[in-house]
Amino acid sequence: MSKHRTIKATVNGIAYERSVEPRLLLSDFLRQTLGLTGTHVGCEHGVCGACTVLIDGDSARACLYFAVQADGRHIETVEGLGTIDDLSPLQQEFREHHALQCGFCTPGMLMTCVDLLKKYPLASDAEIRDGLSGNLCRCTGYEHIVRAVRAAAARRGRKDDG
Amino acid sequence: MKPAPFEYFCPDSLDEAVVLLAGRAAEAKLLAGGQSLVPLLNFRLLQPAALIDINRLSELAFLAEDRGGLRIGALTRHHALETSPAVAALFPVLSEAMAHVAHLAVRNRGTIGGSLAHADPAAELPMVATLLDAEIRTRSAAGPHTHDARDFFTGPLSTVLADDEIVTEVFLPALPPRTGSAFAEFSLRRGDFAIAAVAATVTVADGRITAARLAVAGADERPLRLDEVEASLAGQCFDADLVETAARLAGESVNPFTDLRASADYRRHLVAVLARRVLTEAHARIAVGAA
Repeated sequence: MSKHRTIKATVNGIAYERSVEPRLLLSDFLRQTLGLTGTHVGCEHGVCGACTVLIDGDSARACLYFAVQADGRHIETVEGLGTIDDLSPLQQEFREHHALQCGFCTPGMLMTCVDLLKKYPLASDAEIRDGLSGNLCRCTGYEHIVRAVRAAAARRGRKDDG
Repeated sequence: MKPAPFEYFCPDSLDEAVVLLAGRAAEAKLLAGGQSLVPLLNFRLLQPAALIDINRLSELAFLAEDRGGLRIGALTRHHALETSPAVAALFPVLSEAMAHVAHLAVRNRGTIGGSLAHADPAAELPMVATLLDAEIRTRSAAGPHTHDARDFFTGPLSTVLADDEIVTEVFLPALPPRTGSAFAEFSLRRGDFAIAAVAATVTVADGRITAARLAVAGADERPLRLDEVEASLAGQCFDADLVETAARLAGESVNPFTDLRASADYRRHLVAVLARRVLTEAHARIAVGAA
């Protein structure tokens, strides 16, 4: 077994210090070491997008990143967005537009959308679909997810205006 | 789907990384964005004894204008290229290509040095580097070295890089005045690897094409420049017939493969169609820019 390393990382605003084996994926670190099982693991080779989290504010696949790389970094997961009693505005749009069925892809969809909303105008459905193209959903047919993102993008615009 | 154990190194400087790699070149891999390497590790298709993580080498993350061209640090992320005003102004064909590179979560991590060193024959960056006659600059214990992009790629996932060589930056030389450029790609979904992609630059003077460049990805084992097509355009007056002939020649001069996504014939057809589009578009853009 390769040598463990101690890392200090902030996850959803909480500082953690843990000893990790270098080959431990960030996705497994979050789920198994920290017990944050909101981040889902699908394909484990960067195709499905289910494990998407924010690393220093930018969306990234947690299955393509080693926990040891997170030393000194800020990680945000779906647990940091909102709670069942206090959904984030984006989560609220997902609920209102029925943008999930089984919910497996939802954490990755949400974290992807947080970053998309920050970086792109999302002025057309074509642009929204391009933005979502790295996240697979096998239930919804995407239509309701597109509607939720469209609503979130419009709400963001109103907020900027006012 | 877990990687085999490896020893992990995280140097703070390029000098340190060069020394670390020189000491264990045969059994180590460099970890940059990890968007191609880590899937290979997860599948255990690669089981290097050591990973040298170069993500802390901030000296390799830069964009600098240089003699009308651009120096791009190897650790520059795809999303930085996609959104850079300097790239958009000097090499719009690169901005155009970046929009086709994978997905935002991948573009946030992936790096230009990593993409070139990985050398996927269907990837956009190796092809654009080939189009733009990029210089790929490296360091090893033996010192700095420069490779021409056109000689850099030797086959699928293969380059001329030695085991102990680190890509440090990419230099894109200035385009001549009155040059237009364009990029077009066909893939099944946005962000997927190209079934075929073609890019062109067209330079004119006194109503004639003085130089044209045409590069293709996804149609061979490495990104290609189509020299014969370029030669057929040089010195000619631009018109639809000329482009049609050049596009047909482009389709005939590639030697693509058949796989699950597309047959060789279909790829050849795509190369011709996309070549016609990018040559036409590249030329149209000069007319606008030169008014």
